Amino acid sequence: MSDLNSFRNETRDWLEANCPESMRTPMSQGDVVWGGRKVEFKDPDQKVWMDRMGERGWTCPTWPKEYGGGGLNFEENKVLQEELMRIKARPALNSFGIWMLGPALLEYGTEEQKLKHIPKIVKGEIRWCQGYSEPGSGSDLASLKTKAEDQGEQYLINGQKVWTSYADECDMIFTLVRTGPLEPKHEGISFLLIDMDQEGVTTKPIKLISGKSPFCETFFDNATAPKENLVGGLNKGWSVAKRLLQFERNMIAGMGFGSASSGSSKKSDAKPTSGLATMAKRYVGEKEDKLDDSGLRNKIIDHDMNSQAFALTLRRAAEESKKSNQGPSAASSIFKYYGTENNKLRYEIMLEAMGTKALGWDGAEFGPEELAITREWLRTKANSIEGGTSEVQLNVISKRVLELPQ
Amino acid sequence: MSLVLNEEQSYLKDTARDFAKNKTPVSHFRGVRDSENPECFDREIWKEMANLGWSGILIPEEYGGSDFGVAGIGVIFEELGRTLTPSPMFSTAVVCASLIKEAGNEDQKKEYLTKIASGDVTLAFALEESSRHSPTNLETVAKKDGDSYIVNGEKTFVLDGGFADFLIIAADSGKGTSLFIANKDTKGIDIKATPMVDSRNSANITFNDLKLSSSDLIGEENGSDQIIEEVLDISRSVISAEMFGGIQEAFDVTLNYLKERDQFGSKIGSFQALQHRAAIMFSEIELCKSCVLESLTSFDEGSNDIPRLASLAKAKIGEVFHLVSNEAVQMHGGIGVTDEYDIGFYLKRARVAEQIFGNVQFHKDRYAELTGY
Ligand SMILES: Cc1cc2nc3c(=O)[nH]c(=O)nc-3n(C[C@H](O)[C@H](O)[C@H](O)COP(=O)(O)OP(=O)(O)OC[C@H]3O[C@@H](n4cnc5c(N)ncnc54)[C@H](O)[C@@H]3O)c2cc1C
Ligand SMILES: Cc1cc2nc3c(=O)[nH]c(=O)nc-3n(C[C@H](O)[C@H](O)[C@H](O)COP(=O)(O)OP(=O)(O)OC[C@H]3O[C@@H](n4cnc5c(N)ncnc54)[C@H](O)[C@@H]3O)c2cc1C
Repeated sequence: MSDLNSFRNETRDWLEANCPESMRTPMSQGDVVWGGRKVEFKDPDQKVWMDRMGERGWTCPTWPKEYGGGGLNFEENKVLQEELMRIKARPALNSFGIWMLGPALLEYGTEEQKLKHIPKIVKGEIRWCQGYSEPGSGSDLASLKTKAEDQGEQYLINGQKVWTSYADECDMIFTLVRTGPLEPKHEGISFLLIDMDQEGVTTKPIKLISGKSPFCETFFDNATAPKENLVGGLNKGWSVAKRLLQFERNMIAGMGFGSASSGSSKKSDAKPTSGLATMAKRYVGEKEDKLDDSGLRNKIIDHDMNSQAFALTLRRAAEESKKSNQGPSAASSIFKYYGTENNKLRYEIMLEAMGTKALGWDGAEFGPEELAITREWLRTKANSIEGGTSEVQLNVISKRVLELPQ
Repeated sequence: MSLVLNEEQSYLKDTARDFAKNKTPVSHFRGVRDSENPECFDREIWKEMANLGWSGILIPEEYGGSDFGVAGIGVIFEELGRTLTPSPMFSTAVVCASLIKEAGNEDQKKEYLTKIASGDVTLAFALEESSRHSPTNLETVAKKDGDSYIVNGEKTFVLDGGFADFLIIAADSGKGTSLFIANKDTKGIDIKATPMVDSRNSANITFNDLKLSSSDLIGEENGSDQIIEEVLDISRSVISAEMFGGIQEAFDVTLNYLKERDQFGSKIGSFQALQHRAAIMFSEIELCKSCVLESLTSFDEGSNDIPRLASLAKAKIGEVFHLVSNEAVQMHGGIGVTDEYDIGFYLKRARVAEQIFGNVQFHKDRYAELTGY
């Protein structure tokens, strides 16, 4: 306990000395730092903050020190997160490397692969994207066709990926490729890391309903990758792919629950509040302390209760897996489905509260926050599609957890 | 609050599970119902439950209990809820024991808590006055008359009121609510059993110039509103645990049926229309589990959010029991609506239990008020 206390004091001092003031202010979507060779910082402090945290391994606090991570245990990381929250520090670095590839490499990579790739993820030197989906292979991912042919020292890659988030801004792509054309579909897939800075790889942005173009079509036209870039063994990529999807789904499920504050009811004296109700009161007013729209109020109640119940469930799953020292508990199978459906609902409720104020596209007549909510509402529609659709999640629960016949 | 059980709680839960499985499977409930025993429970079984120490779980050791806490009794109720075990335990050992523990004087505690712990008396709480939960603005009045009180009014949905040896009566005494304890046979008490759809006991009770003395007063005159609220929250949390047991059992039984029943040359559980509904129910049940645990442990760990957590649990569990009991019947097809099959019992219990100390909408509203909207 006293060790943890001194860790807290050291952490607090270090953060105080090293987190630039401007990195303790609220941020918008455009302020997210993704790192990589092509990174452009809006503010030099972003780089300072990323470099300092990366140097200490605290962009990936629980990863082993030998690969550049922070080497913190569960309790220490909790302290670090609390201290970061306390000073309202922005995340120093976000990336698919941190969320998905790193955790998968730590489990499936060779020593060389870990030493080569993980430190660069921690420091934000390389930005990764995910090349799974193809035009003919979405939910049925294992039907993918992009092929990698053995050329002795290297693989020759041909085919097309789609919905590749941020492909045009990334340095490297982790892909699923077909290496065993004759094997059953799940057994002919390999997990391959490909450098995007080569002639054989091109990307073409796709515009979303939210007006942004965060993802691309990615074409492989005689692209190459060295043999050492194959992760998890030849034709054994499906296991790596599935494990990585678990990391991805947990990440997506947790969006909108960053602090999970509604899930904790420890002896703090903070009076409970509802973010949705507070905003709704601003738009529709109140009567005797109650939101002056009983239909909307009921929807907010449902949503608040479900959000609290969900946050509690995230916490319970963490406590359960910590206690049993086993992998994710059965509860975690619902996270992607429930978290994303709930998040979509949240935005629908905001729209209902804001009325026409939520339906602006641009211009000075709408507040910047209002315009942001409109775009975010549109973006949430993808939450229940990306990383495996809600229907696919329900299939997984039926099959793997409930063991219903196929 | 802790969301995993400690050793003591796990032990109680395991014991209760064995008991429910061996002594009170659903066939026990069916037997009691078919026997048309007006008490709607089996005194032998109740004696055994008391011998296991269950009726004393909320009672301090000095009065013969074990003081294992709300979570301790909650996990027992969860297991009893699975098999719909009928007993006076909720009214006697949760609601009334808590009222006396919180508000009673030393003599009353000695007299009643000891006998509750040993299983020698049953009690019922006469609170409700209309078809919906409404714990405030009571119309039953207690008028002071020298050293005594004259009580007049009508109570309804008094759980276990048809047989309980003693009644705890909530009445408006002018400047607040007072609680009184009275032997059921006292002159001025008229009890009419109300056979309910879940085949458990409850009653309408009329007080007609019921004369009580000041020694029958539990707690301060006019001073029980706060205590009633606190005890209601304990009771809501525990009944939520019972309901959660019912939810799980109804779901498990249905899941088994989906894996057994053949139609169109396949197990019906292979049809995606049913699979997705089952998966959605599973998700909701996982949420319920967290709400029940958080609420049950909030009392023992001294949370300052007890009322909100109790309302969260009661509303969420009420809603999901609704969903699961309906789906369970539907997914059983024709046999689901037969009396011979047990699944309909859960539908009936779900609706009655939902009404106990506040239905879904009552607790949604309360949750919002406690959250500032
Ligand atoms: C914003 C966004 C970002 C993304 N980023 C990436 C990325 O970086 N890298 C990447 O590789 N991919 C990415 N994806 C792709 C994503 O993984 C796929 O869109 C997703 O897997 C669904 O595939 P699909 O779009 O082909 O839909 P389809 O599979 O064609 O599905 C269409 C509809 O049919 C339903 N359906 C399909 N199969 C079944 C079934 N068996 N049972 C019931 N219903 C079924 C689906 O649920 C869906 O509603 C992204 C997607 C989005 C929206
Ligand atoms: C009150 C009552 C009166 C009746 N009266 C008569 C009568 O007079 N004469 C008579 O002949 N019959 C009668 N029936 C029988 C009735 O027609 C059947 O109960 C009904 O067709 C359903 O069949 P089942 O009960 O075998 O359920 P099942 O077919 O076993 O169905 C069980 C569950 O599986 C679901 N299910 C089944 N197949 C599929 C699928 N392919 N996809 C998705 N879900 C599926 C069902 O919707 C149901 O939820 C009566 C039934 C009742 C309840």
